[in-house]
Amino acid sequence: MMDKRVNTLAEAVAPIQDGASIMIGGFGSSGIPFGLIDALLEHGAGELTVISNNAGAGETGIAKLLKGGRVAKVICSYPRSPGSIWFEKRYEADEIELEVVPQGTLAERIRAAGAGIGGFLTPTGYGTLLAEGKETRVIDGRGYVMEAPLHADFALLRAERGDPWGNLSYHGTARNFNPVMATGARHSIAEVRHVSSDPLAPESVVTPGIFVQSVVEYGVRP
Amino acid sequence: MNRLSDSALAARVAFDIPDGAYVNLGIGKPTHVSAYVPEGREVIYHSENGILGVGPTPPEGEEDVEMIDASKRYITTAPGASFFEHSDSFAMMRGGHLDIAVLGAYQVAENGDLANWATLDQKFPPAVGGAMDLVVGVPKIFVMMQHTNRDGSPKLLRKCTYPLTGLGVVSRVYTDLAVLDVTSEGFRLVELTKGNSLTDVQAVTEATIHA
Repeated sequence: MMDKRVNTLAEAVAPIQDGASIMIGGFGSSGIPFGLIDALLEHGAGELTVISNNAGAGETGIAKLLKGGRVAKVICSYPRSPGSIWFEKRYEADEIELEVVPQGTLAERIRAAGAGIGGFLTPTGYGTLLAEGKETRVIDGRGYVMEAPLHADFALLRAERGDPWGNLSYHGTARNFNPVMATGARHSIAEVRHVSSDPLAPESVVTPGIFVQSVVEYGVRP
Repeated sequence: MNRLSDSALAARVAFDIPDGAYVNLGIGKPTHVSAYVPEGREVIYHSENGILGVGPTPPEGEEDVEMIDASKRYITTAPGASFFEHSDSFAMMRGGHLDIAVLGAYQVAENGDLANWATLDQKFPPAVGGAMDLVVGVPKIFVMMQHTNRDGSPKLLRKCTYPLTGLGVVSRVYTDLAVLDVTSEGFRLVELTKGNSLTDVQAVTEATIHA
């Protein structure tokens, strides 16, 4: 029988090496795999490229990785949130590289990577700073920007329920980037509040298990 | 000059949101608009982080960190609500499925250009969020803002000086002093806050206001 369950957070993040690119699910306080991030910090990998909507706030989650000096580059849509002190500190000291991507373009670039699409034309950002240097097209009088797929070595996800096959479902607004990131990374690791040994009901599966390489139970909800 | 309070401005915007509309409210002041939509209208609120049907703030003690809106405020669900992932959420925005978005702005130009994501201050890290996706996809973009900056300098300009969010995207501007439509000729006056004259409002507006 297929069984993607691993026993500990440490075991789940063990394959992550220095210089890896890592998608991290979440938006604001919702859907962030806090347990996996703590384990990654403990694990010690550095020079990471972090792909996430935000760049952490306070002293938890991505902010912890930034504080620990583990991040070389952040790709996100909204780095500046109330309390994003560690991002601001590293940015002002020129210790990290920042790539700002419009939020929908970020999601779609990840989707393209996961879906085998070589790039796409979006009207988002046309004529703005964020389109500078990019190929553009005018179609039926409307301007579009060519955007490239965004792949990653790993994705760290947070889900509500999971099963040994890697199937996942989510709670409330904690879904956000998690399902699309599961598809865009070569190795997706899910921190799940309740892992059952029985399969999830097929109708309730949001992320099909094919997109998930390992599942670890982490019962704490922040 | 007579100035609308923030709540009166929110109520003025809310008056123009019709029954049955799918609406995205930007972070900050626009989030207050929902409190003033006239009774009897059902408006479905979209939040970019993956919910259609944002309900009221939960009672104290019932907050759930996995139930928030784009402003990171605690929310509940309204009847008929749904959750979805980011690609679907932005398909709703970019794909023209929403009816109205209400956004704040640093500057609006007479051709409808909008600047609301970055200033010229280089040490301030830029943060765009979902603004650029919203403005290209939502048919009606309502801007809600103070008519001038704190120092009195104009925000309604012939041409924006800050980095643009979108080109020619604004439909209507609601300020504490007036309501203006963006037309092919530029800003057209819809109404003045009670007691103000067009001459007074024009004096604090760089772009021409057509009567």
